[in-house]
Amino acid sequence: MTYEESPVSLSEAPTRRLNMIEAINDALDIMMERDPNVVVMGEDVGYFGGVFRATAGLQKKHGKTRVFDTPISECGIIGVAVGMGAYGLRPVPEIQFADYIYPGLDQLVSEAARLRYRSAGEFIAPMTVRSPFGGGIFGGQTHSQSPEAMFTHVAGLKTVVPSNPHDAKGLLIAAIEDNDPVIFFEPKRIYNGPFNGYYDKPVEPWSRHADSVVPEGYYSIPLGKARIVRPGNAFTVLAYGTMVHVAAAVCAEKGVDAEIIDLRTLVPLDIETVEKSVEKTGKCLIVHEATRTSGFGAELSALVQERCFYHLEAPIERVTGFDTPYPHSLEWAYFPGPVRIGEAIDRLTKA
Amino acid sequence: MTAKSRGNLPPLSLHVPEPKFRPGDVVDYSHIQIPPAGAQARPDEQCTASDTHPLCLDLVRVLGEDHRAVGPWDPKLDAETLRRMLRTMALTRAFDDRMYRGQRQGKTSFYMKCTGEEATSVAPAMALAADDMVFPSYRQQGILISRGYPLVEMINQIYSNRADKLKGRQLPIMYSARDYGFFTISGNLATQYPQAVGWAMASAIKGDTRIAATWIGEGSTAEGDFHSAMTFAAVYNAPVIFNVVNNQWAISSFSGFAGAERATFAARAIGYGIAGIRVDGNDPLAVYAATEWAANRARSNAGPTLIEHFTYRAEGHSTSDDPAQYRSAQEREEWPLGDPINRLKQHLIALGEWSEEQQAAMDRELVDQVKSATKEAEKNGILGHGLHHPFHTMFEDVFEELPWNLKEQSEQAIRERRIKWPEWKDA
Ligand SMILES: Cc1ncc(C[n+]2csc(CCOP(=O)(O)OP(=O)(O)O)c2C)c(N)n1
Repeated sequence: MTYEESPVSLSEAPTRRLNMIEAINDALDIMMERDPNVVVMGEDVGYFGGVFRATAGLQKKHGKTRVFDTPISECGIIGVAVGMGAYGLRPVPEIQFADYIYPGLDQLVSEAARLRYRSAGEFIAPMTVRSPFGGGIFGGQTHSQSPEAMFTHVAGLKTVVPSNPHDAKGLLIAAIEDNDPVIFFEPKRIYNGPFNGYYDKPVEPWSRHADSVVPEGYYSIPLGKARIVRPGNAFTVLAYGTMVHVAAAVCAEKGVDAEIIDLRTLVPLDIETVEKSVEKTGKCLIVHEATRTSGFGAELSALVQERCFYHLEAPIERVTGFDTPYPHSLEWAYFPGPVRIGEAIDRLTKA
Repeated sequence: MTAKSRGNLPPLSLHVPEPKFRPGDVVDYSHIQIPPAGAQARPDEQCTASDTHPLCLDLVRVLGEDHRAVGPWDPKLDAETLRRMLRTMALTRAFDDRMYRGQRQGKTSFYMKCTGEEATSVAPAMALAADDMVFPSYRQQGILISRGYPLVEMINQIYSNRADKLKGRQLPIMYSARDYGFFTISGNLATQYPQAVGWAMASAIKGDTRIAATWIGEGSTAEGDFHSAMTFAAVYNAPVIFNVVNNQWAISSFSGFAGAERATFAARAIGYGIAGIRVDGNDPLAVYAATEWAANRARSNAGPTLIEHFTYRAEGHSTSDDPAQYRSAQEREEWPLGDPINRLKQHLIALGEWSEEQQAAMDRELVDQVKSATKEAEKNGILGHGLHHPFHTMFEDVFEELPWNLKEQSEQAIRERRIKWPEWKDA
């Protein structure tokens, strides 16, 4: 099945203000309506609508055989999705927390990711695995991880991380339409509102944030296209998910003219936008919440070094979480917040 | 994609389980088969596994409608032991109530009660030896309480405060107490099952006498880990007791999503060729007897046992859950197996060994005991009020020795602390 272009240009479409959960729900609803092959499944997603309520109302509207609860079995959920994909469905399984994807890892890594390759295109696994990820909600070490790097390491998987309601909807639609398996990591810290990195300093809610203006109906944002959140010249910031907001807030606070790039998809990566920006600014700051060692920042840093070396005017800066599990009571000390980002910015500015 | 029709074959249809009752529905439990107490045979502990298989479909019960203990499964406990059991279950409930309120008052981030399921942890803990190793899930606080683990330590962990032995790292209720034979709890469901088997195998390899016991919710039996554990235990005849706490609900998903419409959970034992018992999980005497039977069996190298505790989760899944959204409020009220604490209380009263007045006095005493433990723990701080742990502790125990990257990051964290929280002086 091929999908047509957005029927309306975005400027013409009427809009609504949604938070991220509502935007995801809207995307699922639209895709279920457009394509009878889209099915939604996962622990508690049916009657209850998921523990974060992202699938609320979908079962009532689309029926029990298209939106259903599953056994608590991540290898079952993903393995079944592989089979459904092979039949011709487009399953959108939910893994309740990214921390619980590991029991399903073999099905994802050895099966879903390689089905097309090993069958020379005879079978595909067009699934979108949605999963809330990241910390900042006192979830302890088993409800806070950011395992995205592990998936970017797997050939055959695409990895998407939206940072706002508008993108979440468009990217999820694109992911569901994609014929390859996609991991769609939803930063749960910003489900209900953006975050500036200060756990004690409020931010404006989604209802007043420009990125919560979501066109009605169908639209998609192509995978592999980054977004320049804010153009600038002092240095390039590469971030995704929650950290886009935190990095932007710190840059604004420090009054630096940074160019902030929201990567939106890690695989495929919009290397062109990254390259162009670093060539212009000559400096690069990478921010992510995941553990530092072998995190996706390491890949970004290597790419920038390989491709922009002669334009660089300072060492590449990486701001990340620490190489420890996510600690419950010290989670705000773990979180790569304004101080850690601020120090990196100071080093870059002085360089 | 459209379905292909082949002649006049009927189209296939998918079955998606649906619980019997949703919010607002009138509850009718007449489909639950409750055999009379005392009617179940008690095979010899050395029997072949298949001799227990009828018990996988039955329900072992000891306490009858008249609150008397009957039948071959009566563990014949003395009044003193019964009172201790009652007290421990009541203490567990008092503890849960207080901690639940503590979460609502913002003293911690999260809590999970075991209301209605107290017998499934307290009675097995009493039937096991104190040095048998338990691999619990997150709803077995009753084991720690039975083994005399200090309440203050439990609360310190829940508050993630400066006296928390786990250094504020774990989600509240995810205790670890090696000295009490209590394995560290994981938030990742079912992982403890193969680990318990491994511990039991090791004990056998070493010619030890200690056995292992592990707990899982019925929902989590769908995980691959459950089935791997069963296979290993069967293959090596591991001295392990598998407890499945079938409390009917896994967050919003009823037990049908773990396969309960087709077979009992105890019947999982049949396919693996191990012993299985389905027990009234709200009958503390039956639970005690089943554990005692399985422990004797394991200890005499007769093999592993799977015990399904048929019970009901009377409260929400956790403080983050609202069960009114997905199930009838009547379910709890009408649960046909009653309240395990009340049943044991009535039994002791029927024996002439207890009274309502004694119960009321004990309850008051337990509330005070929990209250004073709470006060004591609060002296060490509550979650969110202060940074209770030195920042370097965050980097400890990742490895035995601190590698360069963690040293660097530890210095970074301490530097950040001075900037972010200048009011805290210690590193
Ligand atoms: C591997 C894994 N998947 C999903 C979860 C999320 N989760 C936490 S508790 C729970 C329900 C467990 O239900 P059950 O096993 O029946 O135990 P109960 O809570 O009823 O005691 C789920 C799905 C998890 N913790 N780990």
